[in-house]
Amino acid sequence: MNPTVAAVRAGVQRGVIELRNTFTNAQDLWNYFFPTAALLTAMFFMRGSTVPGTSFSLGARTLPSALGMGLAFGGMLVLASQLVIEREDGTLLRAKATPNGMLGYLVGKIILMSTVALMSMFIQLVPALFFLDGLRVTNASAWFTLLWVAVLGLVATLPMGAVLGALIENPRNLGLVMLPNMGLIALSGIFYPINGYPGWLQGVAQVFPIYWLGLGMRSALLPDGMAAVELDGSWRHLETLGVLGAWAVLGLVLAPVVLRRMARRESGSRVAARRERAMQRVG
Amino acid sequence: MTAVELPGVDTTPHPPDDHLVLDVRDLRMRYGSVDVLHGVTFTARRGEVLALLGPNGAGKTTTIEILEGFRMRSAGEVSVLGSDPGRGDERWRARMGVVLQSWRDHGKWRVRDLLAHLGDFYAPYSTARIRRPCPVDELLDTVGLGAHAGKRVHQLSGGQRRRLDVAVGIVGRPELLFLDEPTVGFDPAARREFHELVHRLADLDETTILLTTHDLDEAEKLADRILILAGGRIVANGSPDELSRRVAGDAEIRWTRDGKRFVHSAADATGFVRDLLRQYSDAVQELEIRRASLEDAYMALVYEEESGVRAGAATRMWRQGSSDR
Repeated sequence: MNPTVAAVRAGVQRGVIELRNTFTNAQDLWNYFFPTAALLTAMFFMRGSTVPGTSFSLGARTLPSALGMGLAFGGMLVLASQLVIEREDGTLLRAKATPNGMLGYLVGKIILMSTVALMSMFIQLVPALFFLDGLRVTNASAWFTLLWVAVLGLVATLPMGAVLGALIENPRNLGLVMLPNMGLIALSGIFYPINGYPGWLQGVAQVFPIYWLGLGMRSALLPDGMAAVELDGSWRHLETLGVLGAWAVLGLVLAPVVLRRMARRESGSRVAARRERAMQRVG
Repeated sequence: MTAVELPGVDTTPHPPDDHLVLDVRDLRMRYGSVDVLHGVTFTARRGEVLALLGPNGAGKTTTIEILEGFRMRSAGEVSVLGSDPGRGDERWRARMGVVLQSWRDHGKWRVRDLLAHLGDFYAPYSTARIRRPCPVDELLDTVGLGAHAGKRVHQLSGGQRRRLDVAVGIVGRPELLFLDEPTVGFDPAARREFHELVHRLADLDETTILLTTHDLDEAEKLADRILILAGGRIVANGSPDELSRRVAGDAEIRWTRDGKRFVHSAADATGFVRDLLRQYSDAVQELEIRRASLEDAYMALVYEEESGVRAGAATRMWRQGSSDR
């Protein structure tokens, strides 16, 4: 058997085992369900309010936006933090000590992350349908749009997550990435339309994938008329493709270089040094 | 700086040897302006167990990481399994095992799942002579984890975890195995079991093993050859027996005569005692001869290296060492 094929196959298996491990772990399950529950609660209470200028439920507008945000988060930040943590605990060094182990590791991670991201979308979407009205869930083209936005979103955010994870050496610095992302969520019109924001702020938001993922998801699940209250009054699918595609290209070009550099620098003494530092942090 | 005049270290080129698994010549490592290794030279043959001893900061880990291909060297010729570790490919990687000091990686994994998963990567590198990977259940029994195959890794005790590390290191049936302080945190029973495992690997599978340790007793039990690394160079290279015999010049003789205690160091302890008894015969009481142990040899060598004294026991040892040849 070709070693690369064997490693990809082992990587797929790795993803499956990690999925099984994470879905049987109480702490992990809590981490998946708690934010979902919180978001659903928020949408529940927002269902009566309306999107300004329309009679459409603000809760129903928030649902697809939150789905987009979840994808961006799951793709970028969860992967980044996993890379940082697993570099610290020696998982990556183990992969490096195994022939083609890094390839297997990455394949496993991609499968794990994308499945978790899609599952999180699902557990958010299904309960919300019971109390939110006006979503286009019986429409085939809606599901098609949802699918391509989700897949493109993952391709745009996962490699960037890998780049971030590879560049951050100390888990404590993860917060430095988390915070700006929180700010970006506020900018990106996830919970409230940003039409009222100054133009330069709108511009900043539109550089990053979160805005476009939210918009793409809204375009899939909201009635066409709702496009009128978006920036430019349209769903802007081409622009969505363009921006997310640009992030995907950037990530796919950068990720192999940065990951290779990261892998090259791994060694037992580096892991030991991190362990030492982590012990001091705890103790 | 030349380190080549050290006797006992073979610096003359010799023809390539199929059985030479490790061939390190004049390995140098420099971090910034600090030299960590100043010309380390040694070899290892197939099936040989080498113990790398030395005080903290002597360069043991740096040496081992260069050989593992995890760190680039500054200078010197290094061949590991016939390849330069700085350019080793995955095929090369598949022929070696690295026992890592795990901490909490793969904590949610079941022991058996992890071992089987990592073993899968070695399957394409199976040869007629070496079937890869090791059958997982056999391996689990070998390292004494058979009863814990279904447990999650984070449920294992420290010693069990280290044994899992060893199992991961050998799941690909390596021809060369690196063990960096393998028995830290083992209880005496686990340590003995581990020693038996190392013997079995070296004897049955002809695995070449390079281990670092601080435990001289362990080095003596396991190693065919001991390398002492101090101050970035190899200050001794020989079997445990040879090493302790080479400082045998310092054997210590104690006795009492007429109620007085005497202590004397002599190179030829037997001759000295013969003369002593001839001279005083019955008056000599409580005669005791203490030969230098490996520990004495180690302490003498390391002390001399660290204090910069290049005379004394070590030189004697080298002289005797080269005249042995």
